[in-house]
Amino acid sequence: MSDIIETRALRFSYPAAEGVTPVVLDGVDLNIRAGSFVAVLGHNGSGKSTLAKHMNAILLPTGGAVYVDGIDTADEDRLLDIRRTVGMVFQNPDNQIVANVVEEDVAFAPENLGVPPEEIRKRVDDALKAVGMYEFREHAPHLLSGGQKQRVAIAGVLAMAPRCIVLDEPTAMLDPVGRQEVLDTIKKLNRTAGVTVVLITHHMDEAAQADRLVVMSGGKVVADGTPKEVFSHVETLKSVGLTVPETVELCWTLRRDGLDLPLDALSDEECAQALYNLLTGAKNSTTTSNM
Amino acid sequence: MALKDITLGQYFPGNTVIHRLDPRTKLLFTVLYIVALFSAKGIAAYAVLFAVLCACIAISKIQPKTILRGMKPILFIIVLTAVLNIFYTPGTPIWQWKFLKITVEGLWAAFFMVLRISFLITCTFMLTYTTSPIMLTDGLERLLGPLKKLHVPVHELSMIMSIALRFIPTLIEETDKIMSAQKARGADFDTGNLFQKAKALVPLLVPLFISAFRRAEELATAMECRCYHGGEGRTRLRQLRFRGADAAALLLGGALVAAVLILRSIGL
Repeated sequence: MSDIIETRALRFSYPAAEGVTPVVLDGVDLNIRAGSFVAVLGHNGSGKSTLAKHMNAILLPTGGAVYVDGIDTADEDRLLDIRRTVGMVFQNPDNQIVANVVEEDVAFAPENLGVPPEEIRKRVDDALKAVGMYEFREHAPHLLSGGQKQRVAIAGVLAMAPRCIVLDEPTAMLDPVGRQEVLDTIKKLNRTAGVTVVLITHHMDEAAQADRLVVMSGGKVVADGTPKEVFSHVETLKSVGLTVPETVELCWTLRRDGLDLPLDALSDEECAQALYNLLTGAKNSTTTSNM
Repeated sequence: MALKDITLGQYFPGNTVIHRLDPRTKLLFTVLYIVALFSAKGIAAYAVLFAVLCACIAISKIQPKTILRGMKPILFIIVLTAVLNIFYTPGTPIWQWKFLKITVEGLWAAFFMVLRISFLITCTFMLTYTTSPIMLTDGLERLLGPLKKLHVPVHELSMIMSIALRFIPTLIEETDKIMSAQKARGADFDTGNLFQKAKALVPLLVPLFISAFRRAEELATAMECRCYHGGEGRTRLRQLRFRGADAAALLLGGALVAAVLILRSIGL
Protein backbone atom coordinates (compact mmCIF):
# COMPACT_ATOMS: atom_id res chain seq x y z
CA MET A 1 0.00 0.00 0.00
CA SER A 2 1.98 3.01 -1.16
CA ASP A 3 -0.96 5.43 -1.13
CA ILE A 4 -1.53 6.84 2.32
CA ILE A 5 -4.65 8.78 1.34
CA GLU A 6 -6.95 8.00 -1.51
CA THR A 7 -10.12 9.81 -2.47
CA ARG A 8 -12.47 8.26 -5.01
CA ALA A 9 -15.03 10.47 -6.74
CA LEU A 10 -15.28 12.39 -3.47
CA ARG A 11 -18.32 14.62 -3.29
CA PHE A 12 -19.37 16.74 -0.40
CA SER A 13 -22.27 19.11 0.00
CA TYR A 14 -23.77 20.78 3.01
CA PRO A 15 -27.40 20.02 3.80
CA ALA A 16 -29.76 21.86 1.48
CA ALA A 17 -30.90 25.26 2.70
CA GLU A 18 -33.62 27.23 0.94
CA GLY A 19 -33.70 24.80 -1.92
CA VAL A 20 -30.04 25.07 -2.86
CA THR A 21 -27.53 22.37 -2.07
CA PRO A 22 -24.11 23.97 -1.85
CA VAL A 23 -21.69 21.51 -3.43
CA VAL A 24 -18.25 22.03 -1.94
CA LEU A 25 -16.42 19.07 -3.41
CA ASP A 26 -17.47 17.82 -6.79
CA GLY A 27 -15.78 14.55 -7.67
CA VAL A 28 -12.24 14.67 -6.35
CA ASP A 29 -9.96 11.77 -7.24
CA LEU A 30 -6.63 12.01 -5.53
CA ASN A 31 -3.93 9.59 -4.47
CA ILE A 32 -1.34 10.77 -2.04
CA ARG A 33 1.75 8.62 -1.93
CA ALA A 34 3.33 7.81 1.39
CA GLY A 35 6.38 9.98 2.04
CA SER A 36 5.49 12.68 -0.47
CA PHE A 37 5.08 16.41 0.09
CA VAL A 38 1.90 17.57 -1.58
CA ALA A 39 0.65 21.15 -1.61
CA VAL A 40 -3.01 21.88 -2.26
CA LEU A 41 -3.47 25.34 -3.67
CA GLY A 42 -6.70 27.22 -4.16
CA HIS A 43 -8.35 30.51 -3.38
CA ASN A 44 -11.04 30.97 -0.72
CA GLY A 45 -14.04 28.75 -1.31
CA SER A 46 -12.23 26.39 -3.65
CA GLY A 47 -12.94 23.48 -1.31
CA LYS A 48 -9.36 22.92 -0.23
CA SER A 49 -10.07 23.08 3.51
CA THR A 50 -13.09 20.84 3.11
CA LEU A 51 -10.91 18.36 1.27
CA ALA A 52 -8.41 18.48 4.14
CA LYS A 53 -11.15 17.75 6.66
CA HIS A 54 -12.03 14.58 4.76
CA MET A 55 -8.50 13.28 5.20
CA ASN A 56 -8.98 12.29 8.81
CA ALA A 57 -12.71 11.81 9.01
CA ILE A 58 -13.69 15.16 10.52
CA LEU A 59 -16.08 15.32 7.60
CA LEU A 60 -17.47 12.28 5.86
CA PRO A 61 -18.15 12.23 2.12
CA THR A 62 -21.72 12.62 0.92
CA GLY A 63 -20.65 10.78 -2.23
CA GLY A 64 -17.66 8.65 -3.14
CA ALA A 65 -15.18 7.48 -0.53
CA VAL A 66 -11.96 8.36 1.22
CA TYR A 67 -9.42 5.75 2.26
CA VAL A 68 -6.69 6.39 4.79
CA ASP A 69 -4.04 3.71 4.67
CA GLY A 70 -6.68 1.46 3.13
CA ILE A 71 -9.31 2.17 5.80
CA ASP A 72 -12.61 3.69 4.68
CA THR A 73 -13.04 6.89 6.72
CA ALA A 74 -16.75 6.11 7.04
CA ASP A 75 -15.83 3.13 9.23
CA GLU A 76 -16.57 4.47 12.71
CA ASP A 77 -14.93 1.58 14.51
CA ARG A 78 -11.56 2.49 13.02
CA LEU A 79 -11.87 6.22 13.75
CA LEU A 80 -8.93 6.33 16.16
CA ASP A 81 -6.74 4.39 13.72
CA ILE A 82 -7.57 6.90 11.02
CA ARG A 83 -6.92 9.89 13.24
CA ARG A 84 -3.62 8.58 14.53
CA THR A 85 -2.46 7.86 10.99
CA VAL A 86 -3.30 11.30 9.67
CA GLY A 87 -2.64 14.22 12.01
CA MET A 88 -4.14 17.62 11.38
CA VAL A 89 -2.78 21.09 12.07
CA PHE A 90 -5.03 24.13 11.75
CA GLN A 91 -4.66 27.79 10.99
CA ASN A 92 -4.96 29.30 14.44
CA PRO A 93 -2.41 27.85 16.87
CA ASP A 94 -4.23 29.37 19.84
CA ASN A 95 -7.31 27.30 19.16
CA GLN A 96 -5.58 23.94 19.06
CA ILE A 97 -3.42 24.13 22.14
CA VAL A 98 -5.17 22.40 25.00
CA ALA A 99 -2.79 22.77 27.91
CA ASN A 100 -1.04 25.57 29.76
CA VAL A 101 2.40 24.02 29.50
CA VAL A 102 4.04 23.14 26.20
CA GLU A 103 5.00 19.57 27.07
CA GLU A 104 1.63 18.78 28.59
CA ASP A 105 -0.02 19.96 25.42
CA VAL A 106 2.22 17.77 23.29
CA ALA A 107 1.37 14.86 25.58
CA PHE A 108 -2.36 15.30 24.99
CA ALA A 109 -2.66 13.01 21.96
CA PRO A 110 -0.60 10.09 23.30
CA GLU A 111 -2.51 10.37 26.58
CA ASN A 112 -5.73 10.00 24.66
CA LEU A 113 -4.32 6.97 22.91
CA GLY A 114 -3.49 5.33 26.22
CA VAL A 115 0.26 5.23 25.64
CA PRO A 116 2.21 4.23 28.80
CA PRO A 117 3.73 7.20 30.68
CA GLU A 118 7.41 6.41 29.97
CA GLU A 119 6.64 6.11 26.28
CA ILE A 120 4.69 9.41 26.36
CA ARG A 121 7.74 11.12 27.88
CA LYS A 122 9.92 9.84 25.06
CA ARG A 123 7.43 10.78 22.37
CA VAL A 124 6.97 14.28 23.79
CA ASP A 125 10.72 14.88 23.93
CA ASP A 126 11.26 13.50 20.42
CA ALA A 127 8.38 15.55 18.97
CA LEU A 128 9.58 18.75 20.61
CA LYS A 129 13.13 18.14 19.41
CA ALA A 130 11.87 17.48 15.90
CA VAL A 131 10.23 20.92 15.74
CA GLY A 132 13.07 22.64 17.61
CA MET A 133 10.98 23.58 20.66
CA TYR A 134 12.58 21.27 23.21
CA GLU A 135 14.05 24.08 25.27
CA PHE A 136 10.59 25.63 25.58
CA ARG A 137 9.00 22.48 26.97
CA GLU A 138 8.10 24.04 30.30
CA HIS A 139 6.89 27.36 28.92
CA ALA A 140 3.33 28.60 28.84
CA PRO A 141 2.11 28.52 25.22
CA HIS A 142 0.44 31.93 25.32
CA LEU A 143 3.81 33.56 25.92
CA LEU A 144 5.33 32.10 22.73
CA SER A 145 5.40 33.74 19.30
CA GLY A 146 2.94 32.67 16.62
CA GLY A 147 5.51 30.58 14.78
CA GLN A 148 6.58 28.89 17.99
CA LYS A 149 2.98 28.14 18.94
CA GLN A 150 2.35 26.61 15.56
CA ARG A 151 5.46 24.44 15.95
CA VAL A 152 4.12 23.28 19.31
CA ALA A 153 0.85 22.41 17.58
CA ILE A 154 2.81 20.41 15.01
CA ALA A 155 4.69 18.64 17.81
CA GLY A 156 1.34 17.86 19.43
CA VAL A 157 0.33 16.03 16.27
CA LEU A 158 3.74 14.38 15.81
CA ALA A 159 3.46 12.82 19.26
CA MET A 160 0.74 10.55 17.87
CA ALA A 161 3.44 9.18 15.54
CA PRO A 162 1.28 9.82 12.48
CA ARG A 163 2.38 8.68 9.03
CA CYS A 164 0.88 11.75 7.44
CA ILE A 165 0.31 15.33 8.55
CA VAL A 166 -2.29 17.55 6.94
CA LEU A 167 -1.72 21.26 7.55
CA ASP A 168 -4.63 23.55 6.80
CA GLU A 169 -3.12 26.99 6.08
CA PRO A 170 -0.74 26.71 9.01
CA THR A 171 1.02 29.97 8.19
CA ALA A 172 -1.98 32.17 7.44
CA MET A 173 -1.86 33.94 10.80
CA LEU A 174 1.91 34.17 11.12
CA ASP A 175 4.45 36.88 10.39
CA PRO A 176 7.15 36.19 7.76
CA VAL A 177 9.61 34.88 10.36
CA GLY A 178 7.02 32.54 11.85
CA ARG A 179 6.02 31.37 8.40
CA GLN A 180 9.57 30.45 7.53
CA GLU A 181 10.01 28.60 10.85
CA VAL A 182 6.92 26.52 10.22
CA LEU A 183 7.79 25.80 6.59
CA ASP A 184 11.33 24.74 7.48
CA THR A 185 9.92 22.44 10.15
CA ILE A 186 7.47 20.87 7.73
CA LYS A 187 10.12 20.32 5.10
CA LYS A 188 12.51 18.83 7.61
CA LEU A 189 9.86 16.39 8.84
CA ASN A 190 9.17 15.31 5.31
CA ARG A 191 12.82 14.92 4.28
CA THR A 192 14.32 13.41 7.42
CA ALA A 193 11.46 11.59 9.12
CA GLY A 194 9.67 10.55 5.95
CA VAL A 195 6.32 11.90 7.18
CA THR A 196 3.85 12.46 4.37
CA VAL A 197 2.91 16.13 4.27
CA VAL A 198 -0.23 17.63 2.77
CA LEU A 199 0.02 21.41 2.91
CA ILE A 200 -3.13 23.38 2.22
CA THR A 201 -2.20 26.92 1.30
CA HIS A 202 -2.91 29.91 -0.84
CA HIS A 203 0.68 31.13 -0.89
CA MET A 204 2.37 30.43 -4.24
CA ASP A 205 5.85 30.42 -2.76
CA GLU A 206 4.87 27.79 -0.17
CA ALA A 207 3.23 25.62 -2.78
CA ALA A 208 6.31 25.89 -4.98
CA GLN A 209 8.38 24.08 -2.36
CA ALA A 210 6.34 20.87 -2.53
CA ASP A 211 7.09 17.79 -4.64
CA ARG A 212 3.61 17.83 -6.05
CA LEU A 213 1.08 20.56 -6.44
CA VAL A 214 -2.68 20.10 -6.67
CA VAL A 215 -4.75 23.12 -7.66
CA MET A 216 -8.39 23.23 -6.59
CA SER A 217 -11.16 25.43 -7.86
CA GLY A 218 -14.91 25.13 -7.50
CA GLY A 219 -14.59 21.83 -5.68
CA LYS A 220 -12.60 20.20 -8.45
CA VAL A 221 -8.96 19.48 -9.10
CA VAL A 222 -7.98 21.72 -12.01
CA ALA A 223 -4.26 21.02 -12.14
CA ASP A 224 -2.01 18.36 -10.69
CA GLY A 225 1.70 17.85 -11.17
CA THR A 226 5.09 19.07 -10.04
CA PRO A 227 5.14 22.78 -9.17
CA LYS A 228 7.17 23.46 -12.33
CA GLU A 229 4.56 21.77 -14.51
CA VAL A 230 1.62 23.38 -12.79
CA PHE A 231 2.96 26.90 -12.68
CA SER A 232 3.86 26.81 -16.36
CA HIS A 233 0.11 26.69 -17.10
CA VAL A 234 -0.14 30.35 -16.30
CA GLU A 235 -3.46 30.86 -18.12
CA THR A 236 -5.16 27.99 -16.28
CA LEU A 237 -4.10 29.37 -12.92
CA LYS A 238 -5.17 32.88 -13.81
CA SER A 239 -8.55 31.61 -14.98
CA VAL A 240 -9.25 30.18 -11.49
CA GLY A 241 -8.23 33.39 -9.77
CA LEU A 242 -4.74 32.41 -8.69
CA THR A 243 -1.50 34.18 -9.39
CA VAL A 244 1.79 32.50 -10.18
CA PRO A 245 5.16 33.11 -8.51
CA GLU A 246 6.63 36.45 -9.54
CA THR A 247 9.51 34.80 -11.38
CA VAL A 248 7.10 32.81 -13.55
CA GLU A 249 4.95 35.87 -14.05
CA LEU A 250 7.98 37.80 -15.30
CA CYS A 251 9.03 35.07 -17.74
CA TRP A 252 5.44 34.66 -18.91
CA THR A 253 5.04 38.38 -19.61
CA LEU A 254 8.34 38.49 -21.50
CA ARG A 255 7.39 35.37 -23.43
CA ARG A 256 4.16 36.98 -24.53
CA ASP A 257 6.31 39.74 -25.99
CA GLY A 258 8.17 37.19 -28.04
CA LEU A 259 11.13 36.34 -25.89
CA ASP A 260 12.10 32.71 -25.55
CA LEU A 261 11.99 32.04 -21.81
CA PRO A 262 11.07 28.85 -19.93
CA LEU A 263 8.05 28.99 -17.62
CA ASP A 264 9.43 26.76 -14.92
CA ALA A 265 11.76 29.17 -13.17
CA LEU A 266 10.43 29.06 -9.62
CA SER A 267 13.38 30.46 -7.70
CA ASP A 268 15.10 33.80 -8.16
CA GLU A 269 18.28 31.99 -9.14
CA GLU A 270 16.59 29.95 -11.85
CA CYS A 271 14.91 33.05 -13.22
CA ALA A 272 18.17 34.98 -13.22
CA GLN A 273 19.89 32.09 -14.97
CA ALA A 274 17.16 31.93 -17.60
CA LEU A 275 17.45 35.67 -18.26
CA TYR A 276 21.24 35.40 -18.35
CA ASN A 277 21.03 32.59 -20.86
CA LEU A 278 18.65 34.60 -22.98
CA LEU A 279 20.80 37.71 -22.95
CA THR A 280 24.11 35.94 -23.63
CA GLY A 281 22.48 33.69 -26.16
CA ALA A 282 23.77 30.61 -24.40
CA LYS A 283 22.03 27.39 -25.35
CA ASN A 284 21.25 24.38 -23.17
CA SER A 285 23.22 25.73 -20.25
CA THR A 286 20.36 25.55 -17.82
CA THR A 287 20.80 25.21 -14.09
CA THR A 288 23.93 23.08 -14.35
CA SER A 289 26.14 26.09 -13.65
CA ASN A 290 27.31 27.07 -10.21
CA MET A 291 24.21 29.03 -9.27
CA MET B 1 -7.44 48.67 35.69
CA ALA B 2 -5.49 47.07 32.90
CA LEU B 3 -6.73 43.65 31.92
CA LYS B 4 -3.19 42.30 32.00
CA ASP B 5 -3.34 42.64 35.79
CA ILE B 6 -5.74 39.77 36.09
CA THR B 7 -3.56 36.89 37.15
CA LEU B 8 -6.36 34.68 38.40
CA GLY B 9 -5.86 31.07 37.46
CA GLN B 10 -2.39 31.58 36.09
CA TYR B 11 0.46 29.20 36.61
CA PHE B 12 4.05 30.25 37.18
CA PRO B 13 6.32 27.31 36.41
CA GLY B 14 9.01 26.62 38.97
CA ASN B 15 10.89 23.82 40.61
CA THR B 16 10.44 24.36 44.34
CA VAL B 17 9.22 21.86 46.92
CA ILE B 18 5.76 23.37 46.68
CA HIS B 19 5.70 23.11 42.89
CA ARG B 20 6.71 19.47 43.12
CA LEU B 21 4.07 18.49 45.67
CA ASP B 22 1.35 16.17 44.47
CA PRO B 23 -1.63 18.28 43.31
CA ARG B 24 -3.92 16.22 45.52
CA THR B 25 -1.81 17.25 48.50
CA LYS B 26 -2.03 20.89 47.53
CA LEU B 27 -5.79 20.68 47.02
CA LEU B 28 -6.30 18.98 50.37
CA PHE B 29 -3.93 21.39 52.09
CA THR B 30 -5.86 24.33 50.63
CA VAL B 31 -9.09 22.85 51.93
CA LEU B 32 -7.53 22.33 55.37
CA TYR B 33 -6.19 25.88 55.30
CA ILE B 34 -9.62 27.26 54.47
CA VAL B 35 -11.20 25.21 57.25
CA ALA B 36 -8.61 26.61 59.66
CA LEU B 37 -9.20 30.10 58.29
CA PHE B 38 -12.92 29.93 58.92
CA SER B 39 -12.42 28.50 62.38
CA ALA B 40 -10.00 31.23 63.38
CA LYS B 41 -11.35 33.70 65.89
CA GLY B 42 -8.56 35.67 67.53
CA ILE B 43 -5.47 37.55 66.51
CA ALA B 44 -3.15 34.70 67.52
CA ALA B 45 -4.88 32.28 65.13
CA TYR B 46 -4.65 34.77 62.30
CA ALA B 47 -0.99 35.33 63.09
CA VAL B 48 -0.34 31.60 62.76
CA LEU B 49 -2.27 31.47 59.48
CA PHE B 50 -0.38 34.48 58.18
CA ALA B 51 2.95 32.91 59.10
CA VAL B 52 2.05 29.71 57.22
CA LEU B 53 0.98 31.69 54.17
CA CYS B 54 4.19 33.74 54.21
CA ALA B 55 6.26 30.57 54.54
CA CYS B 56 4.47 29.05 51.53
CA ILE B 57 5.05 32.17 49.44
CA ALA B 58 8.71 32.31 50.44
CA ILE B 59 9.32 28.63 49.68
CA SER B 60 7.52 28.75 46.34
CA LYS B 61 9.55 31.83 45.28
CA ILE B 62 6.40 33.51 43.99
CA GLN B 63 6.89 37.28 43.98
CA PRO B 64 4.71 38.93 46.66
CA LYS B 65 4.21 41.66 44.05
CA THR B 66 2.44 39.16 41.79
CA ILE B 67 0.02 38.26 44.54
CA LEU B 68 -0.69 41.90 45.38
CA ARG B 69 -1.31 42.59 41.71
CA GLY B 70 -3.74 39.66 41.58
CA MET B 71 -5.62 41.13 44.55
CA LYS B 72 -6.32 44.41 42.79
CA PRO B 73 -9.48 43.35 40.97
CA ILE B 74 -11.10 42.19 44.20
CA LEU B 75 -10.02 45.23 46.19
CA PHE B 76 -13.52 46.61 45.76
CA ILE B 77 -15.10 43.58 47.42
CA ILE B 78 -12.63 43.74 50.29
CA VAL B 79 -13.27 47.44 50.87
CA LEU B 80 -17.03 46.98 50.63
CA THR B 81 -17.00 44.13 53.16
CA ALA B 82 -14.83 46.19 55.48
CA VAL B 83 -17.17 49.19 55.26
CA LEU B 84 -20.27 47.11 55.84
CA ASN B 85 -18.69 45.44 58.85
CA ILE B 86 -17.52 48.73 60.31
CA PHE B 87 -20.93 50.36 60.15
CA TYR B 88 -23.33 47.52 60.68
CA THR B 89 -21.85 45.58 63.58
CA PRO B 90 -23.72 46.34 66.77
CA GLY B 91 -21.68 47.01 69.91
CA THR B 92 -19.95 49.80 71.79
CA PRO B 93 -19.97 52.93 69.62
CA ILE B 94 -16.81 55.01 69.46
CA TRP B 95 -18.04 57.48 66.86
CA GLN B 96 -21.54 58.43 65.85
CA TRP B 97 -23.08 60.80 63.33
CA LYS B 98 -26.81 60.66 62.78
CA PHE B 99 -27.59 57.03 61.84
CA LEU B 100 -23.95 56.17 61.12
CA LYS B 101 -21.94 54.72 63.93
CA ILE B 102 -18.66 52.92 64.26
CA THR B 103 -18.25 50.33 66.96
CA VAL B 104 -15.21 48.70 68.46
CA GLU B 105 -16.65 45.32 67.53
CA GLY B 106 -17.23 46.61 64.01
CA LEU B 107 -13.61 47.63 63.60
CA TRP B 108 -12.42 44.25 64.81
CA ALA B 109 -14.93 42.42 62.64
CA ALA B 110 -13.86 44.46 59.62
CA PHE B 111 -10.20 43.84 60.36
CA PHE B 112 -10.69 40.09 60.61
CA MET B 113 -12.96 39.99 57.60
CA VAL B 114 -10.35 41.76 55.47
CA LEU B 115 -7.70 39.34 56.69
CA ARG B 116 -9.97 36.39 56.05
CA ILE B 117 -10.80 37.38 52.48
CA SER B 118 -7.19 38.29 51.66
CA PHE B 119 -5.87 35.02 53.08
CA LEU B 120 -8.55 33.05 51.29
CA ILE B 121 -7.71 34.65 47.96
CA THR B 122 -3.97 34.38 48.52
CA CYS B 123 -4.08 30.71 49.41
CA THR B 124 -6.14 29.87 46.33
CA PHE B 125 -3.73 31.99 44.27
CA MET B 126 -0.88 29.95 45.70
CA LEU B 127 -2.63 26.78 44.59
CA THR B 128 -3.05 27.89 40.97
CA TYR B 129 0.29 29.73 40.79
CA THR B 130 2.28 26.66 41.79
CA THR B 131 0.22 23.93 40.13
CA SER B 132 -0.20 23.62 36.39
CA PRO B 133 -3.88 23.54 35.49
CA ILE B 134 -3.55 20.06 34.04
CA MET B 135 -1.99 18.78 37.25
CA LEU B 136 -4.67 20.57 39.21
CA THR B 137 -7.53 19.06 37.28
CA ASP B 138 -5.72 15.73 37.34
CA GLY B 139 -5.57 15.91 41.09
CA LEU B 140 -9.20 16.96 41.30
CA GLU B 141 -10.22 14.16 39.00
CA ARG B 142 -8.43 11.62 41.18
CA LEU B 143 -9.76 13.07 44.42
CA LEU B 144 -13.30 13.06 43.10
CA GLY B 145 -12.79 9.69 41.41
CA PRO B 146 -15.09 7.81 43.78
CA LEU B 147 -17.98 10.02 42.60
CA LYS B 148 -17.75 8.38 39.17
CA LYS B 149 -19.60 5.45 40.68
CA LEU B 150 -22.51 7.83 41.29
CA HIS B 151 -22.40 8.78 37.58
CA VAL B 152 -20.92 12.19 38.25
CA PRO B 153 -19.03 13.15 35.04
CA VAL B 154 -15.79 13.80 36.90
CA HIS B 155 -13.49 13.59 33.89
CA GLU B 156 -15.65 15.89 31.80
CA LEU B 157 -15.86 18.44 34.58
CA SER B 158 -12.12 18.47 35.13
CA MET B 159 -11.54 18.78 31.36
CA ILE B 160 -13.92 21.74 31.22
CA MET B 161 -12.09 23.36 34.09
CA SER B 162 -8.63 22.86 32.64
CA ILE B 163 -9.69 24.28 29.27
CA ALA B 164 -11.34 27.25 30.93
CA LEU B 165 -8.09 27.96 32.74
CA ARG B 166 -6.08 27.50 29.57
CA PHE B 167 -8.18 30.08 27.73
CA ILE B 168 -8.18 32.79 30.38
CA PRO B 169 -5.01 34.50 29.08
CA THR B 170 -6.12 34.06 25.46
CA LEU B 171 -9.51 35.62 26.10
CA ILE B 172 -8.00 38.43 28.15
CA GLU B 173 -5.68 39.24 25.27
CA GLU B 174 -8.66 39.17 22.94
CA THR B 175 -10.70 41.45 25.20
CA ASP B 176 -7.83 43.92 25.21
CA LYS B 177 -7.71 43.85 21.43
CA ILE B 178 -11.46 44.32 21.01
CA MET B 179 -11.42 47.14 23.56
CA SER B 180 -8.67 48.93 21.65
CA ALA B 181 -10.52 48.42 18.38
CA GLN B 182 -13.76 49.77 19.81
CA LYS B 183 -11.97 52.67 21.47
CA ALA B 184 -10.36 53.53 18.17
CA ARG B 185 -13.85 53.83 16.77
CA GLY B 186 -14.98 56.10 19.58
CA ALA B 187 -16.34 53.66 22.16
CA ASP B 188 -16.14 54.99 25.68
CA PHE B 189 -15.75 52.43 28.46
CA ASP B 190 -14.65 54.72 31.26
CA THR B 191 -17.16 57.52 31.76
CA GLY B 192 -20.82 57.70 32.64
CA ASN B 193 -22.80 56.16 35.44
CA LEU B 194 -23.00 52.47 36.20
CA PHE B 195 -25.85 51.93 33.75
CA GLN B 196 -24.06 53.71 30.92
CA LYS B 197 -20.88 51.79 31.67
CA ALA B 198 -22.74 48.49 31.56
CA LYS B 199 -24.29 49.47 28.27
CA ALA B 200 -20.89 50.40 26.88
CA LEU B 201 -19.79 46.82 27.47
CA VAL B 202 -22.22 45.43 24.90
CA PRO B 203 -20.00 46.19 21.89
CA LEU B 204 -17.20 44.49 23.81
CA LEU B 205 -19.06 41.40 24.94
CA VAL B 206 -20.83 40.55 21.70
CA PRO B 207 -17.66 40.10 19.60
CA LEU B 208 -15.95 38.43 22.54
CA PHE B 209 -18.70 35.83 22.84
CA ILE B 210 -18.83 35.17 19.14
CA SER B 211 -15.11 34.68 19.02
CA ALA B 212 -15.19 32.45 22.10
CA PHE B 213 -17.77 30.21 20.45
CA ARG B 214 -15.70 30.02 17.28
CA ARG B 215 -12.64 29.15 19.32
CA ALA B 216 -14.58 26.47 21.18
CA GLU B 217 -15.64 24.86 17.94
CA GLU B 218 -12.13 24.89 16.48
CA LEU B 219 -10.69 23.57 19.72
CA ALA B 220 -13.21 20.73 19.76
CA THR B 221 -12.20 19.74 16.23
CA ALA B 222 -8.51 19.96 17.10
CA MET B 223 -9.05 17.80 20.16
CA GLU B 224 -10.90 15.21 18.14
CA CYS B 225 -8.08 15.23 15.62
CA ARG B 226 -5.77 14.36 18.45
CA CYS B 227 -7.87 11.31 19.26
CA TYR B 228 -9.71 12.73 22.26
CA HIS B 229 -12.57 10.44 23.11
CA GLY B 230 -13.37 11.12 26.72
CA GLY B 231 -11.67 9.90 29.86
CA GLU B 232 -11.82 6.19 29.10
CA GLY B 233 -8.46 4.52 28.62
CA ARG B 234 -6.53 7.76 29.02
CA THR B 235 -3.03 7.64 30.44
CA ARG B 236 -1.07 10.55 31.83
CA LEU B 237 2.37 11.95 31.06
CA ARG B 238 2.91 12.74 34.70
CA GLN B 239 2.00 10.08 37.17
CA LEU B 240 0.79 11.40 40.48
CA ARG B 241 3.01 10.13 43.25
CA PHE B 242 2.56 10.56 46.93
CA ARG B 243 5.96 11.24 48.50
CA GLY B 244 7.32 12.02 51.93
CA ALA B 245 6.93 15.75 51.36
CA ASP B 246 3.23 15.21 50.65
CA ALA B 247 2.71 13.39 53.92
CA ALA B 248 4.57 16.17 55.73
CA ALA B 249 2.45 18.85 54.06
CA LEU B 250 -0.77 17.12 54.99
CA LEU B 251 0.42 16.64 58.57
CA LEU B 252 1.19 20.34 58.65
CA GLY B 253 -2.28 21.11 57.33
CA GLY B 254 -3.87 18.91 59.99
CA ALA B 255 -1.70 20.48 62.68
CA LEU B 256 -2.75 23.92 61.45
CA VAL B 257 -6.44 23.10 61.84
CA ALA B 258 -5.77 21.59 65.27
CA ALA B 259 -3.75 24.61 66.37
CA VAL B 260 -6.43 27.04 65.27
CA LEU B 261 -9.12 25.02 67.03
CA ILE B 262 -7.07 24.92 70.22
CA LEU B 263 -6.47 28.68 70.04
CA ARG B 264 -10.17 29.15 69.47
CA SER B 265 -11.08 27.05 72.50
CA ILE B 266 -8.81 29.09 74.74
CA GLY B 267 -10.25 32.26 73.26
CA LEU B 268 -7.25 33.68 71.39
